[in-house]
Amino acid sequence: MHAPLFAALIRLADDHLILGHRLSEWCGHAPMLEEDLAMPNIALDLIGQARALYSYAGDIEAAGRDEDLLAFGRLERDYQNLLICELPNGDFAQTMLRQFYFASFMLLFWAEAEGSSNATVAAVAAKAVKEAKYHRRHCGEWVIRLGDGTEESTLRMQEACFVLEPYLGEFFAVDDVAIEMSKASILPNPQSLRGAWLADVCEVFVSAKLQAPDLTHAHKGGRQGRHTEAMGHLLAQLQYMQRSFPNMTW
Amino acid sequence: MNDTQEIPLWEVFIRPRNGLSHRHCGSLHAADSEMALQAARDVYTRRGEGLSVWVIPSAQIVASDPQDRDQMFDPSDDKIYRHPSFYDIPDDVGHM
Repeated sequence: MHAPLFAALIRLADDHLILGHRLSEWCGHAPMLEEDLAMPNIALDLIGQARALYSYAGDIEAAGRDEDLLAFGRLERDYQNLLICELPNGDFAQTMLRQFYFASFMLLFWAEAEGSSNATVAAVAAKAVKEAKYHRRHCGEWVIRLGDGTEESTLRMQEACFVLEPYLGEFFAVDDVAIEMSKASILPNPQSLRGAWLADVCEVFVSAKLQAPDLTHAHKGGRQGRHTEAMGHLLAQLQYMQRSFPNMTW
Repeated sequence: MNDTQEIPLWEVFIRPRNGLSHRHCGSLHAADSEMALQAARDVYTRRGEGLSVWVIPSAQIVASDPQDRDQMFDPSDDKIYRHPSFYDIPDDVGHM
């Protein structure tokens, strides 16, 4: 087994599954009907990307674990998603801002991964880059409209910036797995995307009349399986069905 | 949102394939044209229905008054000669 590749795929898949699950919690609760379809659309894209990554990770591991077992059958400390993905949704402003941050990062990430030396990764990236492009556009437009909107929407968007800011630095943290992946030209080095990401965020923030985020203080631990208190509750809901009725299908 | 009535209504038109024309498929609420276009994509093209989307502010559509139906449409009822059904089409023209 190629251990660093497996680890890198699991991280990426966990980011998408956990964030996709969070976003799906809005289904039936969105502030307007149109957005009640838009958010689950994005969630389904993310979960679709997670499926492709888990399946491939299962092939690489070659230990008989399929996408479902990897998605639903692990313990909390085995999940290696970014902490920002597991945070509770907060209000609509916070949800949209997080989604924008993530989509902006993933758009840069997938665009570079399209040229991966690994054919499967390149294929996943080619599909995901189109989806991320739309997510970034849709969520970015909301950030602008709420940031530069009414008095209340501006306050809420500023509050969202404040809440999410300490979780942004983790996007760009690098360790042995990330270095190995980038040396082998399989996945981009997250650190190298920082400048382009900040430029993209700032472009939207200028229109939204928001202050550029400060990345100096960053919570870390997600990549090592050390999660926030929100993660256990999320997994309880995410895993309930497979834990109660293992291998169930319908 | 409780004030949905303050958010403008838009009519959505989708062109399903090249060579076909845009067809009206429904309406939605959105604050402005960019959000209307995205909402149209999210609400009406989830199953591969379209290659192109138009959105038009519903308020910009000028409609005939249902009360004018008699004067608008009844006069054409007895002008059967306007239908192209009185021509002999040669067999070798085939299906028209």
